[in-house]
Amino acid sequence: MSEALLEVDHLSVDFSTDAGRVRPVDDVSFSIRPGRTLGIVGESGCGKSITGLALMGLLPQPAGCVVSGSVRLAGAELTAMTERELRGLRGAEMAMIFQDPTTALNPVYTVGAQITAVLRRHERLSRRSARKSAIDMLAQVGIPAPDRRIDDYPHALSGGMRQRAMIAMALACRPKLLIADEPTTALDVTTQAEVLRQIKRLQQELGTAVILITHNMGVVAETCDEALVMYCGQMIEQAPTGSLFEAPRHRYTQALIATIPRIRQKKLDRLPVVPGKVPDLAELPPGCRFAPRCTFADEICSTAQPALESMGSSRAACFHPAGVDPADGNAPPQT
Amino acid sequence: MNTPLLQVNNLTRHFRMRTGLLRRSTEVLRAVDGVSFEVGRGRTFALVGESGCGKSTLGRTILRLHEPTAGRVMLDGVDITALGPAALKRQRKHMQMIFQDPHASLSPRRTVGRILDEPLALHGYGTKDRRRQRVLELLDIVGLASATRHRYPHEFSGGQRQRIGIARALAVEPKLIVADEAVSALDVSVQSQILNLLGELQSEFGLSFVFISHDLAVVQHISHVVGVMYLGKLVETAPVDRIYDAPAHPYTRALLDAVPVAEPGRRDKRLVLTGEVPSPLTPPPGCPFHTRCPLAMSVCRSRVPRTIEIGQHGRPHQVSCHLHDPEIGH
Repeated sequence: MSEALLEVDHLSVDFSTDAGRVRPVDDVSFSIRPGRTLGIVGESGCGKSITGLALMGLLPQPAGCVVSGSVRLAGAELTAMTERELRGLRGAEMAMIFQDPTTALNPVYTVGAQITAVLRRHERLSRRSARKSAIDMLAQVGIPAPDRRIDDYPHALSGGMRQRAMIAMALACRPKLLIADEPTTALDVTTQAEVLRQIKRLQQELGTAVILITHNMGVVAETCDEALVMYCGQMIEQAPTGSLFEAPRHRYTQALIATIPRIRQKKLDRLPVVPGKVPDLAELPPGCRFAPRCTFADEICSTAQPALESMGSSRAACFHPAGVDPADGNAPPQT
Repeated sequence: MNTPLLQVNNLTRHFRMRTGLLRRSTEVLRAVDGVSFEVGRGRTFALVGESGCGKSTLGRTILRLHEPTAGRVMLDGVDITALGPAALKRQRKHMQMIFQDPHASLSPRRTVGRILDEPLALHGYGTKDRRRQRVLELLDIVGLASATRHRYPHEFSGGQRQRIGIARALAVEPKLIVADEAVSALDVSVQSQILNLLGELQSEFGLSFVFISHDLAVVQHISHVVGVMYLGKLVETAPVDRIYDAPAHPYTRALLDAVPVAEPGRRDKRLVLTGEVPSPLTPPPGCPFHTRCPLAMSVCRSRVPRTIEIGQHGRPHQVSCHLHDPEIGH
């Protein structure tokens, strides 16, 4: 077993909002080894994107700040670094791609100019060899006629091509860590499958560790080795992908998996639902944050917060985890 | 007596695009190109396809939010395409629309009560008192508390806002609702709540839906008949179980295969598409799908495929593909 590339320990992030200070990321810990893919999954507002931004040192300023915890990339503590030091790492050691490549790419520069800028800065390449590398990279992510496309502006590319260009830019300097925040959410399913395949292929070639942030459980099942489920800023379960889907332990994970409309499954008259809605971060319930929506909740759930407990290779924070309580069996959530 | 509620016949919508450096030349974009289908009473017809295939334009053209270039739309025996402005306005109460983003389609400066009252007042639903009664009724139908009528759209979560959008569409008791990506912006746990609500409304009020979506997993649970669109044309139309169990068009198969499955390790043989959707300004000759089709034959490059009926046991199933044409030697 090789050493962890990234170690995140008890990371918490605070945000100042109109409603006061909220904590969108609350005590999150995980690690990832080179060449592996970790999925961070949850509904909107669960803190998955903020976690990604915090790792990159890209929290919106001055609203957001890391209030505690540590983030170590290959042994180096990122939370203690100056902006200047971080800039040396971003693009070189770690890179990020976003949901919407239209806003992430600069519209007034050609795709080539944006990729070569990264290469020239971090690898100190000459103009000429940077251009050659950039064309190479565009070819690798599956852009046809890369020697012509390199001189296109972002608007001239389709959504799928733009996302590929983003990936080419992110991986140009062969970073050790790639954080992909909903990289395929804005794409059609056919393009999504292609883009995910390209990320996978490049990852294997370069040995990159990938953190894939997504709301799509299908994407997690197909691309991640391990997954971390977040709810209201907290990690509530972490497990190897196989066991997460076969035997989810947290009641929220269980409900989340049960509610996915599945393709080619027997048609149901009613889809299973998770009742209620995600609580506002400024008005969190006192106990387990999922308790108000949980069909298994009792007194303890609404008064105390469950701690993460390990079982085998997985961890879950639930007072009444599935498969442990003798009372339940594996009842699906109410319909 | 058993005529379908909605009959769409050879519906076509072209856009003239000014192109070229000086915008002097015009080209024709065939967004919807000769589409025909029917929707029965109390049934849901789903329109699926990739972005840019024309499914949203088709939805809007049915309601005459876009004027059709050619073709006919019959709603309950009335030719929608032939109506004058006043008559069309009267017909509008029979056909309503739900949009993807309730944030953008609900006025931020009006209370929910006013938003729901507007279509009622517009279509002469009755006295103020009667309309107030109806607003309360609508809120109850979509599962919102009656006090919410005093609040503004921004005070609601995405799922609740979509309930308001649904209530507004229901207000004037339509027969047909066109739902354009109605659940795409919602989280999965909320998505199923809204889908269940649409199902309940359908059985309670006998509504017919044209359900436009890119999400094949969602479509499977809510529709009776599915139409698959590619570059402005319907390439396959079939009962929902046939589409999912026995897709006939290679494009339908590829779309289904591309959906990520929430079962780790289940990766069977797949039909993977490469390349991009061609520009609708310059569609390829022959079958529009041949540039991406892994099964394309030489005839596909030159001849436009006919629409062939391959249904059995009286269940219609149409496909436009040379592979199913007995007259084409394979």
